[in-house]
Amino acid sequence: MSKPVLPLGGASSQGIVTVAEHGPAGMITLRGDLSSEALIKAVTDLTGAAMPGQRGANTNGDYGLLWMSPDELLILLPYAEADAAVATLDTALAGTHFLAVNVSDARAQFILKGAAVREVIAKIAPVDLSPAAFAPGEVRRTRFAQVAAGFWLADAETAHVFCFRSVAEYMFNTLRAVSVTGSEVGVFTA
Amino acid sequence: MSTRLAKGGRLTDRSKQIEFTFNGKRLTGVAGDTLASALLANDQMMMGRSFKYHRPRGVVASGAEEPNALVNLGKGDKHEPNQRATTTELFDGLTATSQNHWPNLDYDIGAVNGLFGRFLTAGFYYKMFIHPRPFWKHLYEPFIRQSAGLGKAPDAEARDPDTYEHFYAFYDVVVVGGGVAGLQAAKAAGESGASVLLMEQTPHWGGRAPVDGGTIDGKPAEDWINDTLQALENMPNVTIRTRMMGAGVYDHGYMLGYERLTDHAPQMPGPRHRLWKIRTKQIITATGAIERPLSFAGNDIPGVVLASAVRDYAVNYGVSVGDRTVVVTNNDDAYRTAIALKNLGMDVPAIIDARHTGGGALMAEAKALGIRVETGRGVAKVLGGKRVKGVMLCNQQGEGATIEEIPCECVAMSGGWSPVVHLWSHCGGKLTWDEEQAFFRPDASRAPTSHDGKPFVAVAGAANGYLQLNDVMQDADAVAKSVASAVGFTATGSAPTAEAQPEAAMEQVWLMPQGASYDLRLKTWLDYQNDVKVSDVQLAAKEGYESVEHTKRYTTLGMATDQGKLSNINGLATLSNALNESIPQVGTTTFRPPYTPISMGAIGGEARGDIFQPIRKTPIHAWHEAHGAAWEPVGQWRRPYCYPRSGESKHDAVTREVNATRQSLGLLDASTLGKIIVKGPDAGKFMDMLYTNMMSTLKPGKCRYGLMCSENGFLSDDGVVARLDEDTFLCHTTTGGADRIHAHMEEWLQTEWWDWQVYTANVTEQWAQFAVVGPNARKVLEKLGGMDLSKENLAFMEWKDGELAGTRARVFRISFSGELSFEVGVPANQGRDFWDKLIEAGAEFNVTPYGTEALHVMRAEKGFIMIGDETDGTVIPQDLGLNWAISKKKEDYIGKRAQQRSHMTDPSRWQLVGLETEDGSVLPDGAYAVASGHNANKQCNTQGRVTSTYYSPTLKKGIAMGLVLNGPDRMGESIPFMCADGETIVRATIVSPVFFDPEGEKQNV
Repeated sequence: MSKPVLPLGGASSQGIVTVAEHGPAGMITLRGDLSSEALIKAVTDLTGAAMPGQRGANTNGDYGLLWMSPDELLILLPYAEADAAVATLDTALAGTHFLAVNVSDARAQFILKGAAVREVIAKIAPVDLSPAAFAPGEVRRTRFAQVAAGFWLADAETAHVFCFRSVAEYMFNTLRAVSVTGSEVGVFTA
Repeated sequence: MSTRLAKGGRLTDRSKQIEFTFNGKRLTGVAGDTLASALLANDQMMMGRSFKYHRPRGVVASGAEEPNALVNLGKGDKHEPNQRATTTELFDGLTATSQNHWPNLDYDIGAVNGLFGRFLTAGFYYKMFIHPRPFWKHLYEPFIRQSAGLGKAPDAEARDPDTYEHFYAFYDVVVVGGGVAGLQAAKAAGESGASVLLMEQTPHWGGRAPVDGGTIDGKPAEDWINDTLQALENMPNVTIRTRMMGAGVYDHGYMLGYERLTDHAPQMPGPRHRLWKIRTKQIITATGAIERPLSFAGNDIPGVVLASAVRDYAVNYGVSVGDRTVVVTNNDDAYRTAIALKNLGMDVPAIIDARHTGGGALMAEAKALGIRVETGRGVAKVLGGKRVKGVMLCNQQGEGATIEEIPCECVAMSGGWSPVVHLWSHCGGKLTWDEEQAFFRPDASRAPTSHDGKPFVAVAGAANGYLQLNDVMQDADAVAKSVASAVGFTATGSAPTAEAQPEAAMEQVWLMPQGASYDLRLKTWLDYQNDVKVSDVQLAAKEGYESVEHTKRYTTLGMATDQGKLSNINGLATLSNALNESIPQVGTTTFRPPYTPISMGAIGGEARGDIFQPIRKTPIHAWHEAHGAAWEPVGQWRRPYCYPRSGESKHDAVTREVNATRQSLGLLDASTLGKIIVKGPDAGKFMDMLYTNMMSTLKPGKCRYGLMCSENGFLSDDGVVARLDEDTFLCHTTTGGADRIHAHMEEWLQTEWWDWQVYTANVTEQWAQFAVVGPNARKVLEKLGGMDLSKENLAFMEWKDGELAGTRARVFRISFSGELSFEVGVPANQGRDFWDKLIEAGAEFNVTPYGTEALHVMRAEKGFIMIGDETDGTVIPQDLGLNWAISKKKEDYIGKRAQQRSHMTDPSRWQLVGLETEDGSVLPDGAYAVASGHNANKQCNTQGRVTSTYYSPTLKKGIAMGLVLNGPDRMGESIPFMCADGETIVRATIVSPVFFDPEGEKQNV
């Protein structure tokens, strides 16, 4: 297999936050009964991350579990392991009703770093980014400007953003535009 | 003349000179000036001309309510019309020009309109330009358009170099207005622990209090303001912003804040404006009050200024409007202007007080300063043209007989105050008329309500109708406490006490003098910007206009860019007097957002240039671009329409692409096609409901073409379904249908069949997918190697997983062209690499990438329908001869019942056929086949229409598909099609829609 090509070939920009294309990274959409012990065991064994509650994002290095809806998880893992992990899940959950599918290539991911990371996101996502309302360990499916997106905060100054591959360029250009030097809002950082 | 005073100017720093130009003239101001104060300091009294009569106009206010001092700001790409000089902070290099005059501000041809003022009355345009009717379009409208508009529109080719952005913010309480009421409200709410945003539209805190005087908690107002600001800055739960206007209040606690970041310092980096999109539980509007003009003749002459504004210019900017200022008033507050001016060493020849009894303590103070006070008097007329020269004193109760002429350069007028109730009213807050103070104030019992039926807007201070300083502070504190408790917090601090000079009651004065003659009323302005006078509103009433909303539109009162901030109350009082009704009976017009105009840039935010709209790109997009693709937008995707080579027309490119594909090898980037996984024990049952044909019988490893209909039976999408395993289907959709069909599936699963065990996932973008098409398709894939793609191993309508050229691949043997054809899906991140390998391996076969048009032509040659061409939301599969794809065995599918309704089974529904022109030409797209006779609307009867039409390079003639009455029964018949010119007829023969290889021999090899 040839080397995977990222949508933007690893673009980055520097403004009031740094924006860097991330990946290749693995992602598996898993739909199923999130209360099932078999499912919980399968995904926590797979990732070493704890099972997230509603809107939770639990990560463990390159691995992680994101709560996407009452019957959907997004599993994070190294790109090269995704197909094998789907097979592992298919085996572990055989006989139950579920859907596991590799969506690693369907996504673009970006990492935003800097003290202004909350307000940069708040410029394009209708989400309350105040520290009291949105803490690391939470994932949010929302929109960034005009496209669907999801994000979670790894820590107070680092956000992971994911969107569909086809809008990677729009996403990157938008993130770059709203993080230009001098555009600090100063409400979360003061 | 207006000038800079020797000292003073609370908001200015005289050590910093600022250079700017007005109409090309180089002028100097000081730091802290507004453009208006700087122009006054340079004796530029006249700042523009009015809309209709081109009257000379000077500044009348000192803030957001200013109707006159509108200028063109900036040059070239930065040019912006209708900018208020009063809210424009001066910066080095500012360039402004005045508006609405020709050839220049001092000498203006348009002013001749004023001479005909008697004829240009209310409704003039309606009356004058109605007859003769044809004149409107060719004569009147062009003329009126030419003369309309105040500022100069930016050049069509100008591109705003500034950037803009949005910001989503969430608070418990938002306080709009940073005067003393807003500060106290924010403090009380902040102390309760609620999260608070306090915004102020100007760069300064404290509002009018520092100018108007008084003490708060025993301190001068300014000290209290600074202390309170400090306290707010120390509260982590409170955000405070200046230069940010509360633009609008909307349903459910949504509001817009308009922040002007670099207007005052254009060299600063970052966005120019930021539009805050705020969700809040409660809003407190502490927006203060606006002073009203008095209605006397000549009240629009430059130098006639609101009394509060005269005071502002003197105290805040150290600028005098004139050496001698006559104060005209119906209330006590205006005396503060006389006192302030006198204390600054200027002359106040007289205070003309319309009240017989005059004022209270402030009058006594003025008299003690030696100022002459005339009570029961009014101004009959202001003398002067381009600037004030004096006033004629008269009895307020008379008709305007002159008692005395008082020379002066400035007239400071005050007709009382109107609370700024705009934000309260935006979302339905009602008003009540306060007869004593003669203004509309918010009626707290009829507040704007949120989703829970409870009020979400409260009003504090002057905006709530409390004009006395201590009342303001008490009200602000009480309102903030009640709002804090509404959001679940308790505010415990105590309200500050304030002291200011007590004021005697004002008196309603809507016309000065009370019995002013028609000639005086003709020169008595209500709406400065739109040139509406007392006589106009009276005429409207006489002509039968009773509703204030109608009068507004007939006279244009309050319809200018200032939206009548100064004129509305005076106008409707004039109307109510003319109608002999009370003011509350007449009512107000509707207040709508934004409070003052906001920039288009702020509304657009970051969405401009390359991020105006998202463009979806496949992994091969860059290759297409590099190879000269002519693009076609499909949904938000851009797909190559064709790849014209240098010097080649699009038509020729399409012909070349079709021929190369049919003769050897074509390649299509089909990555945009939707791919949705449907999985679960009930997946087969679900698929049978989604599609019109039977899908549950499809064997794993096989593909089947299927149709999807809406509940109403209309054909909605089509595509090839592959069964991946017993439980799992992969549904291909059209490019534009992927998201829609996925949502359609989820809607049925979540709302109707929630107990079915089915999951779906949209994996469209996981795969880069390519159609490898043509007689050499198998050869090129075999060259890449890794899979046995022989007819025996992968028959038509089968699929297989494997590896091609070392890349994980899923190969479908399906054909939309009638050729031997494979669709190969590879992971998107490998897509470009795989495409490059196909191009390389295909070189020996003259591999030809083709675009959507060649795809269309080839499918039409085969008689395959296209969603969006043959369908338009009114077409059912039965219309298209697709009965073979509609299962008769199934009990139900989405759309089945609808397709059994009488109109759907009507044999006279037009049916799909092929069409061949007799002369081989290409039929016009969408052309109708005409029939004899005319319908009730005198339109030609029709018997069919063209749905797809192309030049077929394969058949070397025009081919088309169309829906025709009883079409399939009329094979061989020639019918006439009407061209777009409505005259030319093209005849076409009805044929089978399958023009090419009807036996399917080419694809089955």
